Amino acid sequence: MGIISGLNKEFESRVRLGMMSVLMVNDWMDFTEMKNLLQVTDGNLSSHATALEKNGYIEVKKEFVGKRPRTSYKITDSGKKAFQEHLAFLEKMMRQ
Amino acid sequence: MDTKASEDLAHIKEMMERSSRFISLSGLSGIGAGIVGLAAGGIASSIIANSGGKIDNYFYAEAAIPKLFGLGIIALLLALFFGCFFTIRKSKKLGLPIWTSNTKKILIQLAIPLFTGGIFVLALLNHQLYGLIAGTTLIFYGLSLINVEKQTYSDIKYLGLLEIILGCISLFWIGKGLIFWTIGFGVLHIVYGIILYRKYR
Repeated sequence: MGIISGLNKEFESRVRLGMMSVLMVNDWMDFTEMKNLLQVTDGNLSSHATALEKNGYIEVKKEFVGKRPRTSYKITDSGKKAFQEHLAFLEKMMRQ
Repeated sequence: MDTKASEDLAHIKEMMERSSRFISLSGLSGIGAGIVGLAAGGIASSIIANSGGKIDNYFYAEAAIPKLFGLGIIALLLALFFGCFFTIRKSKKLGLPIWTSNTKKILIQLAIPLFTGGIFVLALLNHQLYGLIAGTTLIFYGLSLINVEKQTYSDIKYLGLLEIILGCISLFWIGKGLIFWTIGFGVLHIVYGIILYRKYR
């Protein structure tokens, strides 16, 4: 895990930062809506999602709605904690 | 390093707002609905005058009730039309999707008090308690606006509060409901619409 002295390397990318921000204030968020919000490509979003999932920051759910597959994301407790620490550190840097 | 931190913070704030608040609400929607409200108030007063009632005391002008009911429905549909039209236009301009899980949440939260209010008004009509209708519509509308405060521009709660206050006063001034109704749905919508338009254009 990349939590060294507050700044989390995992959140350095804009896409990951955006995903975590969106998931902090929403419950399950599906792939298409997330993609539209962040304005990124399919491949870009899924690779960042996989990375966040590997770190245990988000939960990924794949299901079928009728015949179409749907992927949704949700933040985990450890994801929330990690993001809050990251946020606190960013704010501390601003104050200096 | 500091600029990166401030950019990151701004990005976090923007993404949280974009994903949780409906910011496509257009001030023009409010102005449009307000003009419909004013026009409906004007037409209603002439309907009442034609059926022998007075504008400031229509309590006994029962013959006007079916026409006023029809007028109310038409005004509601027109106001909804303008409301949706300008808001969809703004969301296209901002490049934001309109049909999101947040929009659905807003519609449900608006609908619960509005639907309850609608049933309440039908009951009042059924019991011939016409004098309470204007105040009741204002109160339930105000409650529904306060109910969506967390999902859109939060200053919408002030409009909601004013509508509720007007409605409550109106309940004690039976016979002057139309005046309160026209202020609430006409004047307040236009004022709020202008404020919204200038603040978040």
